[in-house]
Amino acid sequence: MRRLRAAKDKAARYLMLGIGIFTILLLLVIGLSLFFKALPIMREKNLWVLLSSADWKPFKGDFGFLPFILSTFYVSLIAIIIALPFSILTSIYLNSYASKNVRRFFEPVIDLLSGIPPVIYGVWGTLTIVPLIANTIAPRFVEFSSGYTVLAGGVVLAVMIIPLLISIMVEVFRSIPKEMTDASLSMGATKWQTVKKVILRKSISGIIAATVLALSRAFGETMAVLMVCGNTAKIPHSIFDAGYPLPALIANNYGEMLSMPSYESALMLSAFLLFIIVVLFNGLSRFTLNQIERRYQF
Amino acid sequence: MKHLEEKIFKVIMICAAMIILGVLMYIIGTVFYRGLPALTLDMVTKLPGGGFYLGKEGGVLNAIVGSLYIILGSLTISILISVPLVMYINFYLPAKSIFSSMIRFSLDILFGIPSIVYGAFGFALMIYLGIRASLIGGILTVAMLIMPIMMRSFDEITRLLSRDLPDALLSLGATKYEMVKVILRQLMPGLVTAILLAIGRGIGDAATVLFTAGYTDNIPTSLNQPAATLPLSIFFQLGSPVEEVQNRAYASAIILTVIILILSFSARYFSSKFSKNKI
Repeated sequence: MRRLRAAKDKAARYLMLGIGIFTILLLLVIGLSLFFKALPIMREKNLWVLLSSADWKPFKGDFGFLPFILSTFYVSLIAIIIALPFSILTSIYLNSYASKNVRRFFEPVIDLLSGIPPVIYGVWGTLTIVPLIANTIAPRFVEFSSGYTVLAGGVVLAVMIIPLLISIMVEVFRSIPKEMTDASLSMGATKWQTVKKVILRKSISGIIAATVLALSRAFGETMAVLMVCGNTAKIPHSIFDAGYPLPALIANNYGEMLSMPSYESALMLSAFLLFIIVVLFNGLSRFTLNQIERRYQF
Repeated sequence: MKHLEEKIFKVIMICAAMIILGVLMYIIGTVFYRGLPALTLDMVTKLPGGGFYLGKEGGVLNAIVGSLYIILGSLTISILISVPLVMYINFYLPAKSIFSSMIRFSLDILFGIPSIVYGAFGFALMIYLGIRASLIGGILTVAMLIMPIMMRSFDEITRLLSRDLPDALLSLGATKYEMVKVILRQLMPGLVTAILLAIGRGIGDAATVLFTAGYTDNIPTSLNQPAATLPLSIFFQLGSPVEEVQNRAYASAIILTVIILILSFSARYFSSKFSKNKI
């Protein structure tokens, strides 16, 4: 009987160990298989040429990723510029000013915002942001804009990354020892002075880490951006031009292009690029955030 | 002077918070306002009819059932993987083990990988294995997407559990495997929260199922058949030039939003219940 129990325990232990190794390997397997799928196109052409050329004519064999890389970059940048002030202000408010009831009320708000599926954000974007840009904002700056623009993508993305930013920043602010803020307050500083001189200064690395994490989320967001960005393979020259981010490129073309091996490989290269950037960004910011958590835990 | 600054910034902060709240209301409001007129009982009870994509009768039952099948399948897979793993890193490995922090770190990174990358990887894997776009392909890919979500939230709740219960069980002579079986019962509400969160993410994601699950007007009867999903159904209907079809996209968006709202609130309910039961 005892032997059976011990055997069961041992079997469970090895099974769990196997699952643990599997999760670590999964990351490697995804990276490697994307890399090998992207290898043919990198053999055919110089990687630098692929990344810096703006010619996207798959049927002639020209694969220049620059328009897509720039679109991804612009859209994410706009999203961060819009989302960051809102998120910092709101998380400071929730952390240092708001009463317990207000905080409890805001928790489900943030939860819901992060729970709404990308497609719904896309629907909302096409219904409200796109016409707003086409009819009201763009005519003041340019002659014509369809509304399906880099700006629209940026605005929708901003709303999507706000909950992520807020939930991480509230954690970061909370990790600051209460003694520190109390000391500042008892010296006669106002709350805002304490926020400015103590909390923000102490949590700058956490804010940067949260921003990098949100940026990598923005890079990979597909459906919502695809629905509002316009998707033309040209370099956007202003925020009122259509853009075509990398994830949208994959989503629109992959699956149908298996008859052309070099096209498929080129799309896999874009997936691999996304993967590498996201893993790097995520790794760095998660590492920083873990350090912060550990520093204040004990 | 400093009190003026204090007041100004307080007002700005409250405005920022109000705008965020307003945007949430605006999103839900827009979806309901545009979708409600087209939302009929037929939408949720009928399959797409002959001329559905030209504005004729039918509903999106195919997408609702397809989404349900995919989420149930992927949920089963990811529960089978994440529950043992969370137990392993919390109760089998020593508290400061390098292996457990490696697993947590790789989960953090898996959590951040965009769904389109999972979709592309899943499709490449399916080609390698010789599977076409089908229910099983969708299930496997969505399982990869929701596994890290489930594991992270379940892990966070498990870490809150006090060490007294495991210690008491071990001192009674239980093996670790027997101990985990008891602890799991204690952690049930936390597991339910994690599952609901994972369902919410999995059911709303379109980029993972875009290549892997395919699309069909019928309800799949075997794992090898393609399956429609709700987000893709919204996306395709919205792309139609016919206005009635577009309106039905908004109505389908209501269905998806309501599912998400229910999931989100019940997750909240279960997690509050959990904090009450905590020893």
